[in-house]
Amino acid sequence: MEPLDRYRPIIDDFEAFIDACERPLPSAIRVNTIKATVERVRTALADADIAYDPVDWHDGLFVLPEDSPGANWPYFHGWIHGQEEVSVIPATVLDPQPGERVWDACAAPGSKTTQLAALMEDTGEVVATDNNLGRISALRTNTERLGATTVAVTHEDGRNHSLKPFGGEGYDRALVDVPCSCEGTIRKNPDTLEDWSLSHVEGISGVQKGILKRAVEVTEPGGTVVYSTCTFAPEENEAVLDYVLDEVACEIVDYDLPLDHAPGITEWQDERFDPRVTNAKRIYPHHNDTGGFFCAKLEVPAE
Amino acid sequence: MSDQSTEFTRLPETDEARDDPERATRQEVLGFWAERFGVPPETFEGYTFWERGAGKLWLYQGSPPSPVDIEGLGMTFLRTRQEHWKPTLEAVQRFGEHASQNVIHLDADAARAFVAGEDQELDWDGDWGYLVVTHDLAGEAEPVGVGLYVYGELRSQVPKGRRREV
Repeated sequence: MEPLDRYRPIIDDFEAFIDACERPLPSAIRVNTIKATVERVRTALADADIAYDPVDWHDGLFVLPEDSPGANWPYFHGWIHGQEEVSVIPATVLDPQPGERVWDACAAPGSKTTQLAALMEDTGEVVATDNNLGRISALRTNTERLGATTVAVTHEDGRNHSLKPFGGEGYDRALVDVPCSCEGTIRKNPDTLEDWSLSHVEGISGVQKGILKRAVEVTEPGGTVVYSTCTFAPEENEAVLDYVLDEVACEIVDYDLPLDHAPGITEWQDERFDPRVTNAKRIYPHHNDTGGFFCAKLEVPAE
Repeated sequence: MSDQSTEFTRLPETDEARDDPERATRQEVLGFWAERFGVPPETFEGYTFWERGAGKLWLYQGSPPSPVDIEGLGMTFLRTRQEHWKPTLEAVQRFGEHASQNVIHLDADAARAFVAGEDQELDWDGDWGYLVVTHDLAGEAEPVGVGLYVYGELRSQVPKGRRREV
């Protein structure tokens, strides 16, 4: 837990935060509405004697207090997908509509990619990019099992994403759920902080800036971009937003989030960030008994 | 074109539009699903069919310029360039509800054996060959995968990586 000490100045009720980080997190599942309804999943889980608890802010999410999502009938049919509660947030904030074209900039292993396809009723097009072939294999396995027919997968660095395979067309929306130091997943992966280092945080921050910048560039005027991480580090969150506000034309806008959260911060150590980053939202584990998360909504100005 | 190719090429619409006589056409694909399983051709309206490697067809909804060199385009759908064309498990789970023939319904124990990859002796009065396999889930018959029926036996075609003890 030691790397988290540096967040004492920015987190209210720091002791409750640390206590929450030390508690394991139960498995959660998302209903895959491409292949099933919430009602049929409830019936299938009950028939299989799998206990499930509803989540009050999202009717297609269930916490499994006793089981893991893997070996049961609804999983085999692709009716459900193991996905943590906070990981469901960014696609709901992006709010893609049926028939739109969406870019998922760091897509593997595909939980959010398939959620985007489901939100679009599996119409339109989701271009799912990742730079790691092993992780792309997991992404492909998930899009297949979940029955998505609108996902195109590209192997490239998101910073250099090419529109060429699709005839040069830009996107209506983009999801930028970047690789990060994953501090917020500590309840699921207790050893996640073992390899923590400030140089890693600072290095990955450069990659995050490049990917978010590219996402704003390839999104059509009037379009929406969502930036998210599962970490607390301001270097990977507000500092990335601050950079992109300076580099490309975009706004950071407020949005409704039906979960307790804190606003983005404008001061960190010697750094000062653009006040618009307060529209981003920080979700701490002690807020809603979930993992930790950061999520910002950006708009590309209309022409 | 090798199996390692990541290039997808869109299927020609009809026989007149193809250079390679072994290559499937869209018309043949629709005909296969209609004749073998009774799936109406309009089920696939709005979808495009693509070949990657020899005979592996994918189903997608968009229309990128062909050929397109990427890692995935929709879902794997049908194996062609062989005597008996074979649908994928994923295609059957997604579109099998439209099948009205060559569908075999399994009871709970047989369905469990099927997804574990086991072959089993079963009575079946219909054609031999690839069948859509269904079982009851949440109160309705639900397509679960592809079986090969030959010599009084239903051979599970569930790919190794997809097999589960449920």
